[in-house]
Amino acid sequence: MIPGYITTNAPALLIAVPLLGAFLSPLIGKISRDARALWVLAVMTLTALIGYLVAFLVYTEGTLLYVFGATNATLAVPPDSGGIPIRIIFTLDAMSALMVTIAVTVGFAVILYSLSSDSRRSGLEAYYTIFLLMIGAILGMVSTGDLFNFFVFLEISSLASAGLVAYKVEKGRAVEAGLKYLLVSTIGGIFFLFAIGILYGQYNALNMAMLADMIQWTPLDKLALVLVVAALAAKCGAVPMHFWTPDAYSMAPSAVTAMLVVASQASLYGLFRICFTLYGITLNYATIGWVIIILGILSMIIGVTMAIPQKDIKRLMAYHAVSQTGYMLLGVGVGLAVLGDQALLNSYGMTAMEGGIFHIFNHAMYKGLLFLTAGAIIYQVGTSDLNRMGGLGHRMKWTMIFFIIGALAIAGIPPFNGFASKFLIYESVFAFSPLLSIIAMVVSILTLASFVKVFHSVFMGPPLPGNEQVREAPRTMLIGMTILAAIVIISGVFPEFFVQNLIAPAAHALTDQAGYISAVLGGA
Amino acid sequence: MFWNLPYIAVVLLSVIGLATILLKRNLIKIFLGVSILTSAVNLFIIALGYREGGIAPIYTYAVSENMVMATPQALTLTSIVIGVATSALMLSFAVIIYKTYGTVNVDEIKELKE
Repeated sequence: MIPGYITTNAPALLIAVPLLGAFLSPLIGKISRDARALWVLAVMTLTALIGYLVAFLVYTEGTLLYVFGATNATLAVPPDSGGIPIRIIFTLDAMSALMVTIAVTVGFAVILYSLSSDSRRSGLEAYYTIFLLMIGAILGMVSTGDLFNFFVFLEISSLASAGLVAYKVEKGRAVEAGLKYLLVSTIGGIFFLFAIGILYGQYNALNMAMLADMIQWTPLDKLALVLVVAALAAKCGAVPMHFWTPDAYSMAPSAVTAMLVVASQASLYGLFRICFTLYGITLNYATIGWVIIILGILSMIIGVTMAIPQKDIKRLMAYHAVSQTGYMLLGVGVGLAVLGDQALLNSYGMTAMEGGIFHIFNHAMYKGLLFLTAGAIIYQVGTSDLNRMGGLGHRMKWTMIFFIIGALAIAGIPPFNGFASKFLIYESVFAFSPLLSIIAMVVSILTLASFVKVFHSVFMGPPLPGNEQVREAPRTMLIGMTILAAIVIISGVFPEFFVQNLIAPAAHALTDQAGYISAVLGGA
Repeated sequence: MFWNLPYIAVVLLSVIGLATILLKRNLIKIFLGVSILTSAVNLFIIALGYREGGIAPIYTYAVSENMVMATPQALTLTSIVIGVATSALMLSFAVIIYKTYGTVNVDEIKELKE
């Protein structure tokens, strides 16, 4: 049905299509605005289709390899290279496939939304170029099997994201937010490169599987791990490096904010990939696991307590994003803390990791949805100040329904997907340490309280003066939100299906270091 | 001792870069700090790639089969290009901030602090 040359080259096309589409979009934009919109949508649709194809191949056939520049795309170690995988290799296992699925799904919904939400702005030719560049970079980050290649995509995504955050300018305020984000991610990127240098100097390899095969846990490796964790934790917005998150998330156009959530999660993916696949069992897993757990707990508590007094709708949601990142760190951190103990790993470690990874998936969907509803409200009301909204429930029925879905999902109320993943986390973390589980539940309640407040002040009560003429958001924006809302509901009603078919393979792929190595180096 | 000279330079440059980023209040000086830090990493990787008596992988002049792998040089080139892009973006942000706020002092740039 699908020609063979497409399936073999799908991992390369996954990056090539958005990048090529990005740089052609200013040219197409010369023809007309509609042509550009159509082009951007076509490129994103194609990228999404390739993404689903790649994910399907990985889930049905196992880890997918793509070696750039080789005569045979699956020939990782050329016979004349002396046993070193010398080329850049894309290694897609189930975890990568899950991240690709998330990125293309949110990317598609967000592009659809952005076609009308950002149509009033100027400078759109650059906007869509950078947007597609960012999506391409995220896809690259999650599919690469090469450390330096990961760094390159990390930097592309930092530059593109910073450019998009600053895109609105807003009397310099958006630029200030973009600058903060750029500084944090650039310094993080330099740390990451330092770590790459340290690892390369010792093992003469950049390929993750090759490094994982040889890594010794020397003092230098510890230093490299500290640098990597610091860099990627800053990029994913965990406390104490979260200060850029509220600024960047609130100042970016809403469509971009939803994509920034995915970009942060790609960094989170990098963090997990390096902890589990690169270091794996050699690292002092209990200590590193606890470091990640503590980062997670701090993010949860500080995020939610900072969110409650906020008056700007997107700033409030941004602090909740910090708090929700904490859940993912907590779940996967517990899995890491018991990585060496097979009995504990089987009894609750895997469940905790499944919960954490499922939360990554769910968070991308409901947080994206919430930011899109916030964007729709701001688009119609013209302000992001909660005190100047009110009584929008009658005017924006659909937006209100989507907001309720997103808000209940983030608070972990059944039957929405936030409940499914949080329940897995509560249950398994309770077996690990009851206190952590209680903190997680309390944070959830505070999240609910905060969103009840937002719901009340935005949608309830009489319309405020000046808001009488507010209408429902344009149709393409609603379609974008519908996609995400449908996924939130479906994955909340049938969590078993998602956990068994998408999440559990991803969790197993993360813990299965030997499988990752042998997929690249062959039987070694 | 002498062979460690590049690494000592790397440490010194990193400390200078980080100190500039953390202590200076002028945006442009902070950007200079970032550039110094980038140079430190570039020097680090280049120094790692040096092999005494190694033969450059230029096939025309190669005298033996054993040539030095050019990976660190390739990494550094890429990293320099990324550094240029980052500097350009940071400086253009600084231009906009100076135009709208009239200052590049980070203590006075706090519209977003709440």
